[in-house]
Amino acid sequence: MSQSINKNEWPLWEVFIRSKAGLDHKHAGSLHAVDAKMAIENARDVYTRRMEGVSIWVVESINIIASDPEEAEALYEPAADKVYRHPTFYNLPDEVKYM
Amino acid sequence: MTEQHLYNYCLRMGDNALILSYRLSEWCSNAPMLEEDLALTNFALDLIGRAQAILKYASELQGGVKTEDDLAYRRGEREYYNHLITELPNGDFAQTMVRQLFISAFEFYFFTELQKSTNVTLSAIAAKTLKEVKYHLMHATDWVIRLGDGTAESHKRMQDAINYLWMFTGELFEMDLIDTVLIEKGVGVDLMLLQPKWHRHIQQVMYDATLLIPEEGFMQTGSRKGIHTEYLGHILSEMQYLQRTYPDAIW
Repeated sequence: MSQSINKNEWPLWEVFIRSKAGLDHKHAGSLHAVDAKMAIENARDVYTRRMEGVSIWVVESINIIASDPEEAEALYEPAADKVYRHPTFYNLPDEVKYM
Repeated sequence: MTEQHLYNYCLRMGDNALILSYRLSEWCSNAPMLEEDLALTNFALDLIGRAQAILKYASELQGGVKTEDDLAYRRGEREYYNHLITELPNGDFAQTMVRQLFISAFEFYFFTELQKSTNVTLSAIAAKTLKEVKYHLMHATDWVIRLGDGTAESHKRMQDAINYLWMFTGELFEMDLIDTVLIEKGVGVDLMLLQPKWHRHIQQVMYDATLLIPEEGFMQTGSRKGIHTEYLGHILSEMQYLQRTYPDAIW
Protein backbone atom coordinates (compact mmCIF):
# COMPACT_ATOMS: atom_id res chain seq x y z
CA MET A 1 0.00 0.00 0.00
CA SER A 2 1.50 3.28 -0.97
CA GLN A 3 0.61 6.46 0.81
CA SER A 4 2.37 9.71 0.19
CA ILE A 5 2.91 11.69 3.33
CA ASN A 6 3.39 15.41 3.21
CA LYS A 7 6.06 16.16 5.78
CA ASN A 8 4.41 19.44 6.72
CA GLU A 9 1.17 17.72 7.57
CA TRP A 10 0.41 15.97 10.78
CA PRO A 11 -0.47 12.28 10.57
CA LEU A 12 -4.08 11.33 10.03
CA TRP A 13 -5.91 9.34 12.72
CA GLU A 14 -9.15 7.40 12.60
CA VAL A 15 -11.48 7.94 15.54
CA PHE A 16 -13.80 5.36 17.06
CA ILE A 17 -16.38 6.34 19.66
CA ARG A 18 -18.28 4.18 22.10
CA SER A 19 -21.59 5.93 22.61
CA LYS A 20 -22.42 4.19 25.87
CA ALA A 21 -21.23 1.37 28.05
CA GLY A 22 -21.90 -2.01 26.49
CA LEU A 23 -22.01 -0.82 22.90
CA ASP A 24 -19.26 -1.18 20.31
CA HIS A 25 -16.88 1.54 19.31
CA LYS A 26 -18.03 2.93 15.97
CA HIS A 27 -16.02 4.82 13.40
CA ALA A 28 -16.77 8.52 13.84
CA GLY A 29 -14.35 10.15 11.42
CA SER A 30 -10.74 11.21 11.19
CA LEU A 31 -8.51 14.05 12.28
CA HIS A 32 -4.92 15.24 12.35
CA ALA A 33 -2.65 15.05 15.38
CA VAL A 34 1.08 14.71 16.04
CA ASP A 35 0.77 11.81 18.46
CA ALA A 36 -1.73 9.53 20.17
CA LYS A 37 -2.26 11.77 23.18
CA MET A 38 -3.11 14.75 21.02
CA ALA A 39 -5.31 12.55 18.84
CA ILE A 40 -7.37 11.54 21.88
CA GLU A 41 -7.72 15.16 23.00
CA ASN A 42 -8.64 16.33 19.53
CA ALA A 43 -11.13 13.50 19.15
CA ARG A 44 -12.70 14.53 22.43
CA ASP A 45 -13.05 18.09 21.17
CA VAL A 46 -14.19 17.27 17.66
CA TYR A 47 -16.39 14.22 18.13
CA THR A 48 -17.80 14.19 21.68
CA ARG A 49 -19.00 17.76 22.08
CA ARG A 50 -22.63 16.75 22.00
CA MET A 51 -22.34 13.86 24.43
CA GLU A 52 -21.70 11.35 21.65
CA GLY A 53 -19.44 9.16 23.68
CA VAL A 54 -18.00 7.67 26.83
CA SER A 55 -14.86 6.13 25.35
CA ILE A 56 -12.54 6.93 22.44
CA TRP A 57 -10.17 4.80 20.38
CA VAL A 58 -7.76 6.34 17.94
CA VAL A 59 -5.53 4.60 15.44
CA GLU A 60 -3.20 6.09 12.89
CA SER A 61 -4.84 5.79 9.51
CA ILE A 62 -1.74 4.25 7.89
CA ASN A 63 -2.14 1.29 10.24
CA ILE A 64 -5.51 0.42 8.80
CA ILE A 65 -5.37 -2.16 6.03
CA ALA A 66 -8.32 -1.84 3.67
CA SER A 67 -9.69 -4.37 1.22
CA ASP A 68 -9.04 -3.58 -2.41
CA PRO A 69 -12.09 -2.12 -4.22
CA GLU A 70 -10.83 -3.84 -7.41
CA GLU A 71 -11.41 -7.19 -5.76
CA ALA A 72 -14.93 -6.37 -4.66
CA GLU A 73 -16.47 -8.75 -7.19
CA ALA A 74 -14.45 -11.73 -6.02
CA LEU A 75 -14.77 -10.86 -2.37
CA TYR A 76 -18.44 -10.03 -1.97
CA GLU A 77 -20.54 -11.14 -4.90
CA PRO A 78 -20.27 -14.88 -4.21
CA ALA A 79 -22.38 -14.28 -1.10
CA ALA A 80 -25.20 -12.73 -3.11
CA ASP A 81 -26.93 -15.95 -4.20
CA LYS A 82 -26.60 -17.76 -0.86
CA VAL A 83 -29.64 -16.48 0.94
CA TYR A 84 -29.84 -19.73 2.89
CA ARG A 85 -27.04 -18.38 5.05
CA HIS A 86 -29.62 -16.10 6.63
CA PRO A 87 -31.52 -17.93 9.34
CA THR A 88 -34.87 -17.09 7.74
CA PHE A 89 -35.94 -20.62 6.87
CA TYR A 90 -36.67 -21.81 10.35
CA ASN A 91 -40.03 -21.66 12.03
CA LEU A 92 -39.43 -20.09 15.37
CA PRO A 93 -41.49 -21.27 18.30
CA ASP A 94 -43.68 -18.49 19.71
CA GLU A 95 -41.88 -18.78 23.05
CA VAL A 96 -38.70 -17.39 21.51
CA LYS A 97 -38.90 -13.68 21.57
CA TYR A 98 -36.74 -10.87 20.27
CA MET A 99 -35.21 -12.72 17.36
CA MET B 1 -21.36 39.07 55.94
CA THR B 2 -23.41 41.36 53.82
CA GLU B 3 -25.08 40.20 50.62
CA GLN B 4 -23.04 42.93 48.96
CA HIS B 5 -19.77 41.14 49.66
CA LEU B 6 -21.04 37.90 48.21
CA TYR B 7 -22.49 39.77 45.24
CA ASN B 8 -19.13 41.37 44.46
CA TYR B 9 -17.39 38.04 44.93
CA CYS B 10 -19.71 36.52 42.33
CA LEU B 11 -19.13 39.39 39.92
CA ARG B 12 -15.39 38.74 40.08
CA MET B 13 -15.81 35.08 39.26
CA GLY B 14 -18.48 35.70 36.68
CA ASP B 15 -16.53 38.46 34.94
CA ASN B 16 -13.38 36.34 34.80
CA ALA B 17 -15.31 33.65 32.97
CA LEU B 18 -17.22 36.06 30.74
CA ILE B 19 -14.24 38.06 29.51
CA LEU B 20 -11.94 35.08 29.00
CA SER B 21 -14.75 33.38 27.12
CA TYR B 22 -14.97 36.39 24.84
CA ARG B 23 -11.24 36.31 24.15
CA LEU B 24 -11.20 32.58 23.44
CA SER B 25 -14.17 32.87 21.12
CA GLU B 26 -12.07 35.23 18.99
CA TRP B 27 -10.07 32.16 17.96
CA CYS B 28 -13.15 30.77 16.25
CA SER B 29 -12.16 30.18 12.60
CA ASN B 30 -8.67 31.57 13.34
CA ALA B 31 -6.94 28.73 15.18
CA PRO B 32 -3.87 27.08 13.65
CA MET B 33 -5.82 23.92 12.84
CA LEU B 34 -9.43 22.81 12.80
CA GLU B 35 -9.10 20.53 15.82
CA GLU B 36 -7.68 23.35 17.94
CA ASP B 37 -10.34 25.72 16.68
CA LEU B 38 -12.96 23.43 18.19
CA ALA B 39 -10.99 22.97 21.41
CA LEU B 40 -10.70 26.70 22.02
CA THR B 41 -14.32 27.41 21.23
CA ASN B 42 -15.32 24.51 23.50
CA PHE B 43 -13.41 26.24 26.27
CA ALA B 44 -15.20 29.48 25.44
CA LEU B 45 -18.54 27.70 25.74
CA ASP B 46 -17.55 26.14 29.08
CA LEU B 47 -16.68 29.61 30.31
CA ILE B 48 -19.81 31.34 29.07
CA GLY B 49 -21.85 28.63 30.83
CA ARG B 50 -19.96 29.28 34.01
CA ALA B 51 -20.40 33.04 33.66
CA GLN B 52 -24.12 32.58 33.18
CA ALA B 53 -24.50 30.40 36.28
CA ILE B 54 -22.52 32.74 38.50
CA LEU B 55 -24.03 35.98 37.21
CA LYS B 56 -27.49 34.47 37.55
CA TYR B 57 -26.74 33.74 41.18
CA ALA B 58 -25.42 37.30 41.59
CA SER B 59 -28.66 38.59 40.10
CA GLU B 60 -30.71 36.51 42.54
CA LEU B 61 -28.70 37.86 45.46
CA GLN B 62 -29.89 41.33 44.48
CA GLY B 63 -33.49 40.23 44.24
CA GLY B 64 -33.42 39.76 40.48
CA VAL B 65 -33.74 43.47 39.75
CA LYS B 66 -31.02 43.02 37.14
CA THR B 67 -30.91 39.77 35.20
CA GLU B 68 -27.68 37.94 34.37
CA ASP B 69 -27.92 39.47 30.90
CA ASP B 70 -28.13 42.94 32.36
CA LEU B 71 -25.05 42.20 34.40
CA ALA B 72 -23.15 40.86 31.42
CA TYR B 73 -24.17 43.43 28.84
CA ARG B 74 -25.15 46.62 30.62
CA ARG B 75 -22.43 47.43 33.04
CA GLY B 76 -19.76 50.01 32.35
CA GLU B 77 -16.05 49.30 32.20
CA ARG B 78 -15.32 50.37 35.75
CA GLU B 79 -17.99 48.01 37.06
CA TYR B 80 -16.17 44.91 35.77
CA TYR B 81 -13.93 42.98 38.14
CA ASN B 82 -12.25 40.41 35.91
CA HIS B 83 -8.51 39.86 36.29
CA LEU B 84 -6.53 41.92 33.79
CA ILE B 85 -4.94 38.77 32.33
CA THR B 86 -8.33 37.64 31.00
CA GLU B 87 -8.84 40.77 28.91
CA LEU B 88 -5.40 40.87 27.27
CA PRO B 89 -5.42 40.28 23.52
CA ASN B 90 -4.85 36.68 22.45
CA GLY B 91 -1.50 37.50 20.85
CA ASP B 92 -0.09 34.47 19.08
CA PHE B 93 -1.04 30.89 19.92
CA ALA B 94 1.82 30.70 22.42
CA GLN B 95 0.46 33.65 24.37
CA THR B 96 -3.05 32.21 24.41
CA MET B 97 -1.77 28.88 25.73
CA VAL B 98 0.44 30.40 28.41
CA ARG B 99 -2.47 32.57 29.54
CA GLN B 100 -4.66 29.48 29.64
CA LEU B 101 -2.10 27.57 31.67
CA PHE B 102 -1.72 30.37 34.21
CA ILE B 103 -5.48 30.83 34.56
CA SER B 104 -6.51 27.17 34.44
CA ALA B 105 -3.90 26.19 37.04
CA PHE B 106 -5.21 28.97 39.27
CA GLU B 107 -8.79 27.90 38.68
CA PHE B 108 -7.95 24.28 39.39
CA TYR B 109 -6.78 25.13 42.91
CA PHE B 110 -9.41 27.82 43.39
CA PHE B 111 -12.44 25.68 42.53
CA THR B 112 -11.01 22.69 44.39
CA GLU B 113 -11.15 24.87 47.51
CA LEU B 114 -14.45 26.53 46.62
CA GLN B 115 -16.07 23.09 46.54
CA LYS B 116 -15.74 23.15 50.34
CA SER B 117 -17.61 26.47 50.57
CA THR B 118 -20.42 26.64 53.11
CA ASN B 119 -22.44 28.34 50.39
CA VAL B 120 -24.18 25.46 48.62
CA THR B 121 -24.68 27.31 45.33
CA LEU B 122 -21.02 28.20 45.06
CA SER B 123 -19.85 24.73 46.05
CA ALA B 124 -22.17 23.19 43.42
CA ILE B 125 -20.90 25.56 40.72
CA ALA B 126 -17.34 24.80 41.81
CA ALA B 127 -17.83 21.03 41.50
CA LYS B 128 -19.22 21.34 37.98
CA THR B 129 -16.60 23.89 36.93
CA LEU B 130 -13.73 21.79 38.22
CA LYS B 131 -14.40 19.04 35.69
CA GLU B 132 -14.15 21.54 32.85
CA VAL B 133 -11.08 23.22 34.30
CA LYS B 134 -9.21 19.93 34.61
CA TYR B 135 -9.51 19.45 30.88
CA HIS B 136 -8.53 23.05 30.10
CA LEU B 137 -5.48 22.61 32.29
CA MET B 138 -4.49 19.33 30.69
CA HIS B 139 -4.84 20.76 27.21
CA ALA B 140 -2.91 23.96 27.97
CA THR B 141 -0.19 22.04 29.80
CA ASP B 142 0.30 19.72 26.83
CA TRP B 143 0.72 22.62 24.45
CA VAL B 144 3.06 24.56 26.71
CA ILE B 145 5.31 21.52 27.02
CA ARG B 146 5.15 20.67 23.31
CA LEU B 147 5.93 24.19 22.19
CA GLY B 148 8.36 25.04 24.99
CA ASP B 149 10.32 21.87 24.33
CA GLY B 150 9.76 22.14 20.57
CA THR B 151 11.67 24.11 17.95
CA ALA B 152 13.85 27.15 18.57
CA GLU B 153 11.05 29.34 17.20
CA SER B 154 8.28 27.81 19.31
CA HIS B 155 10.49 27.88 22.41
CA LYS B 156 11.21 31.57 21.90
CA ARG B 157 7.55 32.41 21.43
CA MET B 158 6.60 30.56 24.58
CA GLN B 159 9.29 32.25 26.63
CA ASP B 160 8.28 35.67 25.26
CA ALA B 161 4.66 34.97 26.22
CA ILE B 162 5.67 33.95 29.74
CA ASN B 163 7.87 37.01 30.17
CA TYR B 164 5.00 39.26 29.07
CA LEU B 165 2.19 37.59 31.02
CA TRP B 166 4.04 36.99 34.26
CA MET B 167 3.37 40.50 35.60
CA PHE B 168 -0.36 39.81 35.37
CA THR B 169 -0.24 36.75 37.63
CA GLY B 170 0.20 38.57 40.93
CA GLU B 171 -3.33 39.87 40.68
CA LEU B 172 -4.77 36.36 40.82
CA PHE B 173 -3.84 36.18 44.49
CA GLU B 174 -4.77 39.69 45.62
CA MET B 175 -7.22 39.84 48.49
CA ASP B 176 -9.20 42.64 50.06
CA LEU B 177 -11.93 43.08 52.67
CA ILE B 178 -14.43 41.10 50.61
CA ASP B 179 -12.17 38.05 50.61
CA THR B 180 -11.39 38.37 54.30
CA VAL B 181 -15.05 38.56 55.27
CA LEU B 182 -16.04 35.61 53.08
CA ILE B 183 -13.10 33.47 54.22
CA GLU B 184 -14.16 34.01 57.84
CA LYS B 185 -17.62 32.71 56.99
CA GLY B 186 -16.21 29.68 55.22
CA VAL B 187 -17.69 30.91 51.94
CA GLY B 188 -14.64 32.24 50.11
CA VAL B 189 -11.21 30.85 49.28
CA ASP B 190 -8.00 31.96 50.96
CA LEU B 191 -5.89 32.92 47.96
CA MET B 192 -2.74 33.28 50.02
CA LEU B 193 -2.80 29.53 50.59
CA LEU B 194 -3.25 28.89 46.87
CA GLN B 195 -0.26 30.88 45.71
CA PRO B 196 2.52 28.45 46.71
CA LYS B 197 0.57 25.53 45.23
CA TRP B 198 0.03 27.41 41.99
CA HIS B 199 3.67 28.46 41.87
CA ARG B 200 4.95 24.92 42.37
CA HIS B 201 2.56 23.66 39.70
CA ILE B 202 3.71 26.23 37.16
CA GLN B 203 7.34 25.62 38.06
CA GLN B 204 6.95 21.93 37.28
CA VAL B 205 5.34 22.60 33.90
CA MET B 206 8.03 25.17 33.07
CA TYR B 207 10.69 22.62 33.96
CA ASP B 208 9.13 19.99 31.69
CA ALA B 209 8.81 22.58 28.94
CA THR B 210 12.42 23.80 29.34
CA LEU B 211 11.07 27.30 30.01
CA LEU B 212 11.97 29.79 32.72
CA ILE B 213 9.84 31.69 35.19
CA PRO B 214 10.88 35.35 35.23
CA GLU B 215 12.43 36.82 38.35
CA GLU B 216 10.02 38.38 40.79
CA GLY B 217 9.32 41.93 39.79
CA PHE B 218 6.59 44.46 39.21
CA MET B 219 3.07 43.07 39.21
CA GLN B 220 0.10 44.73 37.51
CA THR B 221 -2.96 45.45 39.61
CA GLY B 222 -6.32 47.21 39.36
CA SER B 223 -9.19 44.87 38.60
CA ARG B 224 -10.29 44.60 42.24
CA LYS B 225 -11.17 48.29 41.97
CA GLY B 226 -12.54 48.06 38.45
CA ILE B 227 -9.44 49.61 36.91
CA HIS B 228 -8.53 47.93 33.65
CA THR B 229 -6.12 47.87 30.75
CA GLU B 230 -7.08 49.77 27.61
CA TYR B 231 -8.31 46.48 26.13
CA LEU B 232 -11.47 45.95 28.18
CA GLY B 233 -13.24 48.98 26.75
CA HIS B 234 -12.76 47.64 23.25
CA ILE B 235 -14.10 44.25 24.27
CA LEU B 236 -17.19 45.81 25.82
CA SER B 237 -17.89 48.09 22.89
CA GLU B 238 -18.18 45.03 20.67
CA MET B 239 -19.70 42.63 23.20
CA GLN B 240 -22.37 45.05 24.36
CA TYR B 241 -23.13 46.59 21.00
CA LEU B 242 -26.41 44.78 20.41
CA GLN B 243 -27.88 45.37 23.86
CA ARG B 244 -26.81 49.00 23.82
CA THR B 245 -28.14 49.69 20.35
CA TYR B 246 -31.33 47.65 20.57
CA PRO B 247 -32.14 47.40 24.28
CA ASP B 248 -34.24 44.35 25.17
CA ALA B 249 -33.92 42.93 21.67
CA ILE B 250 -35.11 39.35 21.55
CA TRP B 251 -34.80 36.65 18.89
